[in-house]
Amino acid sequence: MNLRDLLKPGPLPPAIQSRRRDTLLTIGACVLTAVGLWLLQAHTSGYVVHMACVGALFATLAVSYNLINGVTGQFSLEPNAFVACGAYVTALLTLSPAEKEASFILEPLIWPLSAFSIPLLPALVIAGLLTALMAFFMGFPVFRVRGDYLAIVTLGFGEVIRVVANNAQSVTNGPLGLKGIPHLTNLWWSWGLLAVCLFCIVRLVHSSYGRALKAIREDETAAEAMGINAFWHKMLAFTLSAFFEGVAGGLLAHLITTISPSLFTFFLTFNLLIIIVVGGLGSTTGAVLAAFLFTFGGEWLRVVEEPTRLLGWDIPGIPGMRMVIFSLILVGVMIFLRRGILGRHDFTWRWIIAVLGRGRTRS
Amino acid sequence: MDAAQLTQQMINGLTLGSLYALIAIGYTMVYGILRLINFAHGDVLMVGCYFAWFGAVQFGLPWWVALMGSMALTAALGVLIDQGAYRPLRRAPRISALITAIGVSFFLENLGLVVFGSRPKAFARPEIFNHIYQWGEVRVLSLSIWVPILTAVILAGLLLFIHRTRTGMAMRALSRDLVTVQLMGIDPNRIVAATFALGSALAAAGGVFWAMKYPQINPLMGVLPGLKAFVAAVLGGIGNVTGAMLGGLLLGMTEIMLVALLPELAGYRDALAFILLIAILIFRPSGIMGQELPE
Repeated sequence: MNLRDLLKPGPLPPAIQSRRRDTLLTIGACVLTAVGLWLLQAHTSGYVVHMACVGALFATLAVSYNLINGVTGQFSLEPNAFVACGAYVTALLTLSPAEKEASFILEPLIWPLSAFSIPLLPALVIAGLLTALMAFFMGFPVFRVRGDYLAIVTLGFGEVIRVVANNAQSVTNGPLGLKGIPHLTNLWWSWGLLAVCLFCIVRLVHSSYGRALKAIREDETAAEAMGINAFWHKMLAFTLSAFFEGVAGGLLAHLITTISPSLFTFFLTFNLLIIIVVGGLGSTTGAVLAAFLFTFGGEWLRVVEEPTRLLGWDIPGIPGMRMVIFSLILVGVMIFLRRGILGRHDFTWRWIIAVLGRGRTRS
Repeated sequence: MDAAQLTQQMINGLTLGSLYALIAIGYTMVYGILRLINFAHGDVLMVGCYFAWFGAVQFGLPWWVALMGSMALTAALGVLIDQGAYRPLRRAPRISALITAIGVSFFLENLGLVVFGSRPKAFARPEIFNHIYQWGEVRVLSLSIWVPILTAVILAGLLLFIHRTRTGMAMRALSRDLVTVQLMGIDPNRIVAATFALGSALAAAGGVFWAMKYPQINPLMGVLPGLKAFVAAVLGGIGNVTGAMLGGLLLGMTEIMLVALLPELAGYRDALAFILLIAILIFRPSGIMGQELPE
């Protein structure tokens, strides 16, 4: 029996009856995850906790990036700009005035920002809203074009933001970046954000708006003929994804505690692109799955960069080999497995129960 | 700014513009036929520079032999990339090919980092490019004079090739209509391979001049010239070879003049190309040479 037969669902239960059950299952899964995280926090090293935080933030980024790239089908390359915006705004809002004065040695920080600091939560909300606002204004020129032009224009925006971060010395501290950002991001913040982001985006994708977004992906002209305003729907997906990318950027800044423009190059976008392509463009659960695979697989792949001894042979470590492998994976997935792990499908409770149920009836 | 400085900056702009033009042609020709933004083009240029570096520094070849050798090897690399990565995706959605191109680009960059190391390597200027000419107050490096001249020669040769040979005619025909051309007994794969070879060879030439201008090379050197040359291609009207040349010159001039006239904005120089790109796509999506913008 091959894999495809194994995964084919059995008879599905009627949808309406199962809605309440799905809610209960979701709440149960959340509680289980929370218990798991609590155990992780209590019994493992700081390193594992750190990786779990990174994984959750990357999953958030991937899910929101997938909303515009996979669900709406507007292939864009700007998340590094949004993450940078969120990271800088949050960091500038939470850093204490004394810390800011110590960091900005070449040019002092401009006035209102230099005088106060606020707690993390309002800072994150402000960062998310500002990033969404930026996306809103970007959307007007960006959605005038389609296809690969859209990709290159958004790439250009990402590049412009990085150049601005490098040069606006009195706001971003230029190439020196911001240091001493308080280490506030923990498992609860990062996984909490992932939960909120998943809740919003899954609800959106399964609403009539989500169906409109998918219609735009399949055929924009036909969607418009059905009365869908393609421009504003794209804008909705774009600003929502920017909001979550901004907030995730803020949490990322408070996880790694030092940010500089070199963190937010096209490289970051490339990593997210691998994640959503491998997970399957358009699949939310695929994006989450691939984000964790990427985070932990990337750590595991460090093996190739360190000298090892295999079957009596000394193999020298090759630094930088991981990224070569990642790019080969991306090209390989595109050529041989274009749909990624999950294609456009998602794990749903119905599907899981149907698969499990089929196993039971057969045995 | 006095006249001498202005002349000097004009020559600098012309040099930079010629380099953008050489690189932009590879983009525009591939896009014209396959409707694919060959993201890896800038990195192909980088590999070309390393070929020339190995030839000139490791084997002590004269610069023009190293340049020719590098162009030939880079042409082969271009064909290899096309056949290995892009050809299996000819019938796939265009975005899949674009993602593959991004993957190939990162592959070349990171392989370059692994193989050549991240430390920049010095790229010595040959004797004849290293003089300084002086007319009155105008002082110019001989490289800045030679690059536009050599570029003009190469581009003239290219235009002759495109307009006077059968392969060139097939290339122009393919960019008009891919299906009909196949009915005329032309093998599109061979023509596409020839296009990649030609574009990559020109990129190698542009890259080697680039490396002589800023006399060092590193594995990430192709990224910015590549992206900016793409902007130049769009500026000139993508798919149009003459347009790419004009777009390259215009972009080079604008960049140099921005730095010369408004030195306080010099840090934003790298953003200029993209701001220009956004402006073109809003106001005149078909570029200077005015072809219809394909969706």
